[in-house]
Amino acid sequence: MKWETVIGLEIHAQLATHSKIFSGASTAFGAEPNTQACAVDLGLPGVLPVLNSEVVNMAIKFGVAVNAHIAHESVFARKNYFYPDLPKGYQISQYELPIVGEGQITITPEEGISKVIGITRAHLEEDAGKSLHDQFTDQTGIDLNRAGTPLLEIVSEPDLRSAKEAVAYARKIHSLVQFLNICDGNMQEGSFRCDANVSVRPQGEEKLGTRAELKNINSFRFLERAINFEIERQIDLIEDGGEVVQETRLYDADKNETRSMRSKEEANDYRYFPDPDLLPVRISADDIQHIRDTLPELPEQKRQRYVEELNLSEYNADLLSGSRDIADYFETALAEAPDLASVLANWILGDLTGALNKSEMAFTESPVSPQQLAGLLKRISDHTISGKIAKDVFEAMWNGEGDADDIIERKGLKQITDTGAIEKMIDEVIANNPDQVEQFRAGKEKVLGFFVGQIMKQSKGKANPGQVNQLLRDKLKS
Amino acid sequence: MTIKTVKDLQMGLAEGQFSSVEITREYLDKIKQVNPQLNAFIHTTEDQALTQAEDADNLIAKGKSQPLTGIPMAHKDIFCTDGIATTCGSRMLQNFIAPYNATVIEKFNAQHAVMLGKTNMDEFAMGSSNENSYFGAAKNPWDTGCVPGGSSGGSAVAVAANLTPAATGTDTGGSIRQPAAFCGITGLKPTYGRVSRYGMIAYASSLDQGGPMARTAEDCAILLEAMAGFDRRDSTSMQQEVPNYQAELNHELAGLKMGLPKEYFAEGLNPEVARGIDEAITEYQKLGVEVKDISLPNSKIAIPAYYVVAMAECSSNLSRFDGVRFGHRCDNPIDLEDLYKRSRAEGFGDEVKRRIMIGAYTLSAGYYDAFYLKAQKLRRLISQDFTQAFDEVDLIAGPTTPDVAFKIGDKTDDPVSMYLQDIYTISVNLAGLPAISIPAGFVNNKPVGLQLIGNYFSESRLLNAAYQFQQHTDWHQQSAEVQA
Amino acid sequence: MTLKREDVKNIAHLARLNIDEGAVDRYAADLSRILELVDQMNQVNTDDVMPMAHPMDASQRLRADEVSESNQRDKFQAIAPDVEIGLYRVPKVIE
Repeated sequence: MKWETVIGLEIHAQLATHSKIFSGASTAFGAEPNTQACAVDLGLPGVLPVLNSEVVNMAIKFGVAVNAHIAHESVFARKNYFYPDLPKGYQISQYELPIVGEGQITITPEEGISKVIGITRAHLEEDAGKSLHDQFTDQTGIDLNRAGTPLLEIVSEPDLRSAKEAVAYARKIHSLVQFLNICDGNMQEGSFRCDANVSVRPQGEEKLGTRAELKNINSFRFLERAINFEIERQIDLIEDGGEVVQETRLYDADKNETRSMRSKEEANDYRYFPDPDLLPVRISADDIQHIRDTLPELPEQKRQRYVEELNLSEYNADLLSGSRDIADYFETALAEAPDLASVLANWILGDLTGALNKSEMAFTESPVSPQQLAGLLKRISDHTISGKIAKDVFEAMWNGEGDADDIIERKGLKQITDTGAIEKMIDEVIANNPDQVEQFRAGKEKVLGFFVGQIMKQSKGKANPGQVNQLLRDKLKS
Repeated sequence: MTIKTVKDLQMGLAEGQFSSVEITREYLDKIKQVNPQLNAFIHTTEDQALTQAEDADNLIAKGKSQPLTGIPMAHKDIFCTDGIATTCGSRMLQNFIAPYNATVIEKFNAQHAVMLGKTNMDEFAMGSSNENSYFGAAKNPWDTGCVPGGSSGGSAVAVAANLTPAATGTDTGGSIRQPAAFCGITGLKPTYGRVSRYGMIAYASSLDQGGPMARTAEDCAILLEAMAGFDRRDSTSMQQEVPNYQAELNHELAGLKMGLPKEYFAEGLNPEVARGIDEAITEYQKLGVEVKDISLPNSKIAIPAYYVVAMAECSSNLSRFDGVRFGHRCDNPIDLEDLYKRSRAEGFGDEVKRRIMIGAYTLSAGYYDAFYLKAQKLRRLISQDFTQAFDEVDLIAGPTTPDVAFKIGDKTDDPVSMYLQDIYTISVNLAGLPAISIPAGFVNNKPVGLQLIGNYFSESRLLNAAYQFQQHTDWHQQSAEVQA
Repeated sequence: MTLKREDVKNIAHLARLNIDEGAVDRYAADLSRILELVDQMNQVNTDDVMPMAHPMDASQRLRADEVSESNQRDKFQAIAPDVEIGLYRVPKVIE
């Protein structure tokens, strides 16, 4: 039987605010346990929540960017359950009236294929604290620094049909929230988390299969693997006459498998009701328009501009606008060398990406700054160095040896463009290789390469290749 | 010890008749003598009180005093007091030293008022008799075999028995007004959002409101002026200017329209209480007030609607008491579930458990619409009844309670009979309106309370009406002195 | 509306309250009595009525995104039943 996979993603993006959603405690990552948990975060008796304005602005930004309906009135509700990292015994979330309603986003799972994915809603809520299981033998330690960190939970429609599409969607949202400056996107620190609802159904069947919710996925690679594992598991199960049960499953990256979370098996009854400590959030059309007007340039707009104004290829434009980090890198470099868009694109997507990948570094960690890269390419374009020498200079910059100009100067890599000097070398090479001269004159054009090679060798690569070519021809033919 | 109002004390301190330390000592001595019989205080804060009084005397000497500088008062043990035990009448918080001050406490501290101690209350403010306190019931000073009402019973007893000139209370369904009525004092429940709830341990967040309890309306005006006001820490606190309530007390009442809801004088009201209320209304008529019969047709379902809302909110509000970060924790929990279940079962009393369970039940899947949502709709209808009434009248008057204080133990076996005590007070909380209870006579030597209900933020008018009544009656001057 | 023993146990679990076996019947009776009272709500038709969650028709006020709280861990943990190396402790949670 042919099976169809149906996937919906729930993405939790931590909003990049200074303070928490309902308290004035800091949201900075990595502090000593419980030093950033204030009275409100701890749920001390008598404390009350007050909503952070920036959190609302960020949610609206996201909503506007995915063409969603922004609720003029949204309501915070309490989701009641007991867990040690949930201090109040309820999570303040949004239930019936979320701040962001239906929207959509276009993904490109493969070159040349695009697909519109529906966004069901996005709502604001507070994050829980962390349970630490390895600190004590018989006890779990609770750190509430994260409790109260603002989250935007972005729920997709079950429009995704493969792990590949799911990853493309997750990447797209990941890139978008960073472009919008509302989330730092750091998956290792948990700033951007994906849960996947996965089910399978026979091809052509309308009714959705029973879904499993996959949690604990902290990279796109694991997202793809977890979903693929789960699809296999469900198909095998059904084909063996079994039945998928609705449950939460934890992805184990070490074993590359998903397993049932027994502790959450019991059916939850969250007893949602409007939080009486908070009033309805009212947002005016003017507020929304103001945010729309001041929205930063989004990936789609960037892509278009790169093609139309910078004459980049569709492919390069797509890649350069694919993440905030690359786009920022590109645009910073471009500001230094405004005429070199195409060369910059090639270098960034070629040599630089290659080097970064090899060292497992992000663009933000690049040892070669965008200014440095632009400096290098300017020296190619003004013929100070050749493209080949540039590769060496790049490597030197990567190793921290300074800017391109310093390196070129220090290592004497400046191109030889003095005709007299080149002619001298040519004369020497011609004198030393009479056989090859003969061959060339007999019509064997290929030998020209041999002469060029010799001269470049002699000049340690510094002779201007164009000049060498021209002068060689002139001399050999005379 | 002669009875002194806050106003008397203000004048005495200003004129140097006595020092704050002297009067603070007097009250502390009196508490020491009489509290064992009345159980009005859960604990006193003697050392701190004397230090605060000394500081106050210094300020007064320097001419730097504010209206409440050096005035002793008591706080319901529901308000968090930094570094001082805050029990909320519960075993759960028996050893809870609050690490911060409630906004109300901060406001009194800023004026250098003196805190004598923390008063007894029904556990987590759930009760109408004070019998639900883990620390034992407070006793009604008019008849120590009777309840003082609840949940702010300790505060009412302390004021009535002259253990403090004034106290704070909180009112979720009548918890200021009903004990004020039972103990023969004046108690004001302000408009929802008038007084900050920050640091006031929540029972039912959309209904809770703190307010003053004192002997006279004038004292309540003085206290409310200090307590009220916008608080950036409370999202439900309203950005409304605090009027000079004292300045408004002297308006004449002639021409004022007073509505008498027929539902508040119907079956269930003790006829003798009704007679007391009638006489009070006659008194108002003498002052030129126009009386009019009105109807609040949805009053009959106010009790069930109130209890559904309150219990749902409390079931969630009290989830934070889990034995992890503060409060009671059971011995040797075998696992997490055991930690939760035993800590909570040991820490909470019966009535609290009942309310938490009903609340959890009414919010649970499949029941939400029939219970919680239904109650919220009824709440709107009840609120609309008042809106319509206030189109016709300026104030609504009636009894605060259907009867005078009952015997301790009389209603403890039947939670529902206890709930029915709140019949005239809870609609006000559902609507969020202000209301005051003032002494209006006695039945069998036990005080009767007259309730006046006003429109939103009309505390000035309520206090004015109460004050004028007290200028012409002396019920509020009767004293329930209890001898040691 | 009457609650059965089983209902009481379920609700007690939902609310994380230990109820002694011997007290279940008493709770069932008390809670059923309260639900009878609650039943009176049905005397009034509320078909076209908007629910009212809050006494005031006001909007949520927003605060500026500023860090206003400083570390008070020692003070807050002084009242905690079980704390070690800055962490609150609970019996081991198995996931």
